Amino acid sequence: MIDQYVESASTFSGDIDNVIWVVLLITGFWFILAEVVFFGLIFKFLAKPGVKAKYVSGEKPHEKRWVTLPHYATLAFDVVIIVLAIKVWHDVKINLPEADSTVRIISQQWAWTFVHPGPDNKLDTPDDITTVDELHVETDKTYHFELSSRDVLHSFSVPVFRLKQDMIPGRIIKGWFKPTQTGQYDIQCTEICGIGHALMPARIIIETPAQHRIWNQNNAPKVADVTPTTTPTQLGGMP
Amino acid sequence: MSTAAAHAEHDHAHGHAHHDEGFIKKYLWSTDHKIIAMQYLFTGIFMAFIGGFTVYAFRMQLAFPGMSVPGYGRVTATDYNALVTTHGSVMIFWVAMPVLIAALGNYLIPLMIGCDDMVFPRLNRLSYQLFLLSSIVLIASFYVPGGAFGGAWTSYPPLSAKAEYSLTGLGSSMWLFAVALEFAAFLLGGINFITTVMNSRAPGMKMFDVPIVVWMIIIASILFMASVGPLIAGAVMLLFDQQLGTGFFDPAKGGDPVLWQHLFWFFGHPEVYVVLLPAMGIVAEIITVFSRKKLFAYKTVLYTAIGTGVLSFFVWAHHQFIAGIDPRMANVFSVTTLLISIPVAEMVFVYIGTLYGGSIRLTTPMLWALAFIAEFLLGGVTGIFLGASGADIYFHDTYFVIAHFHYTFFPIAFIGSFAAITYWFPKMFGKMMNETWGKVHFWGTIIPFNAIFIPLFLLGARGDHRRIYDYRHFPDLMKAGMQDLRVFATLALLVLLAFQVVFLVNLFYSIFRGEKASANPWNANTLEWQAPSPPPHGNFPQGLPNVYRGPYEYSHPDRQDDYWPQTEPDAAKS
Repeated sequence: MIDQYVESASTFSGDIDNVIWVVLLITGFWFILAEVVFFGLIFKFLAKPGVKAKYVSGEKPHEKRWVTLPHYATLAFDVVIIVLAIKVWHDVKINLPEADSTVRIISQQWAWTFVHPGPDNKLDTPDDITTVDELHVETDKTYHFELSSRDVLHSFSVPVFRLKQDMIPGRIIKGWFKPTQTGQYDIQCTEICGIGHALMPARIIIETPAQHRIWNQNNAPKVADVTPTTTPTQLGGMP
Repeated sequence: MSTAAAHAEHDHAHGHAHHDEGFIKKYLWSTDHKIIAMQYLFTGIFMAFIGGFTVYAFRMQLAFPGMSVPGYGRVTATDYNALVTTHGSVMIFWVAMPVLIAALGNYLIPLMIGCDDMVFPRLNRLSYQLFLLSSIVLIASFYVPGGAFGGAWTSYPPLSAKAEYSLTGLGSSMWLFAVALEFAAFLLGGINFITTVMNSRAPGMKMFDVPIVVWMIIIASILFMASVGPLIAGAVMLLFDQQLGTGFFDPAKGGDPVLWQHLFWFFGHPEVYVVLLPAMGIVAEIITVFSRKKLFAYKTVLYTAIGTGVLSFFVWAHHQFIAGIDPRMANVFSVTTLLISIPVAEMVFVYIGTLYGGSIRLTTPMLWALAFIAEFLLGGVTGIFLGASGADIYFHDTYFVIAHFHYTFFPIAFIGSFAAITYWFPKMFGKMMNETWGKVHFWGTIIPFNAIFIPLFLLGARGDHRRIYDYRHFPDLMKAGMQDLRVFATLALLVLLAFQVVFLVNLFYSIFRGEKASANPWNANTLEWQAPSPPPHGNFPQGLPNVYRGPYEYSHPDRQDDYWPQTEPDAAKS
């Protein structure tokens, strides 16, 4: 459903879409059922001259079951949704798979800095590639990211990955993704960060491994001198 | 102190209060619960203009970026943030709270439990005066150097804590100060409500004879009082961070910005139920009267409301799933969040069950009450998408969230208030409201309301994130049709705002020129309808009532009449 409008470009984006789809089916069913019963009762019991309303306390067991049965049904469906949601949550946020590569993402009012590991695939080496507002990754490679912020809260959101994580000054927050298709997509900051909040767009550029190797080679030496003056680890706080 | 003794003391206290008073003493310095209720009501309506005007300005900017908005001018990024912040804070803290809790609580509690006034009338006056002061501080913050606060109604630090980040040093502090003052005002009101209901119920009124709306306001007041402490403490800490350079929320000084989020949402989520429950109570009163039915399972409603209240203290972190809390915490809060759907759904089932076998009259208040159920259902089910942690990763901070909570808050704050105002209007002003114009206003509000927010669900599903004043910097959000949806929602908003003029004209015309109302125009059972319309100072000139039965004895098989007032002795059974 979501992927009709927003492409699905990570290994877990399909799983998240499936949870949304299941929740839509369950809640949609209940919503329509409840509205049909509701409007049905209104039209059925519109006041008619000479007809007195029924006197029902709703306290007797055979009356109360009209509330208790839906109650248990709600509980049962809640359990289904909880199980599905928590499973996906674990895959996306808790169980990080082994990384093939790690990128460092630093936010500030109102720009993104992306530190790529460069040709040697290691961070904090001279061939690191630092870019502003442009993240280069390749398909079918598991990436870890390290989020940090220089000033206020920001949030790293890549809608095509169905990925979102707040960035907090003083902390480094880790997460992962694995792109599945090439393309260029929006990166959003989704936590209000001041007057330039709307001026913080960035792009993620997903390349084939071959394209990415060329990008690495072309960019590694040239931009080595723009490494940020303070590395995120010097910002203090918890590792 | 026994109830009878309390009544006697009140009679004595009010013995000298009936002579003529000046305008100021009577309307601005009054201790009469009804006048204070009206002060809250009209202040709330006035603040709704501010909430409405701000949403007009920023929705116009979204639909037509860069245009000069008629009546406002060009909306800059700074303006946009201040407008959305003000819209959110005003609509929740200065419209929903004063109208639903303070105005209705003050007006209804003494009348519905059959006493002459609140137990602490002077505290009540102070409560309104603090509230008025808080409104003035908030409005004044627009005119200070730097302008009004623009860090969203949730006011997350470090953005809200430091002037160099927010660029509104004074505005941020005034916003916080206004919010803290407002909470103090409602704390005083809450103490009053709870004490009054515990001590001043009419003789014979047992706990299960108290009308649901009074119960709901009491449960809401308890929730509010239990949850607001941490937030007031947090507000003071944030104020210190802003003005004294402390570092409670500053990581460079050993603080933690996420602490504020916990303090805020520990209050913020129960707050949803603080305003929801009174609205639910209003709906219970209205659907029973206009379907001439006993409320289906009174005790179930009560227990589910209490259950909702208790559970609401254990769900706050679902606002913070992706905020950097330990991701394992999301499991716990996902479970509690989905569990709270059970009591709330049950309340809705009970209301639907009440309609069964009724004799339904579609008056204006009944239309509003039914619309509340129909619309709130959508708000409820869409909450499941956000409570399910896995799905929330995608939907968090998108327009899907905005559409979801407007489907809960709009029914609460507006549909609920319109239901209450149109239902109790004859009692409040002694006049009837015009039904035809009432229905025009109803349809003119409900249809555009859905036309505004259904497109926002779609925009959220397509990835529109919140608090962005111009989407043109995001190529993926300018795909075909997306701007059309934004324009459509804005046009629907203009229609909705235009139809509110109908309400205002009907309200003021009816106050002065409406048809005269009898004491009990709806043939309702509850005690307020036994007092004259409008009730004089002291409420029950014929003597304080006695209570013989519960509030929802409609269409009793032993009775010719289809209603049975709570005050009518059993002997009169016919």
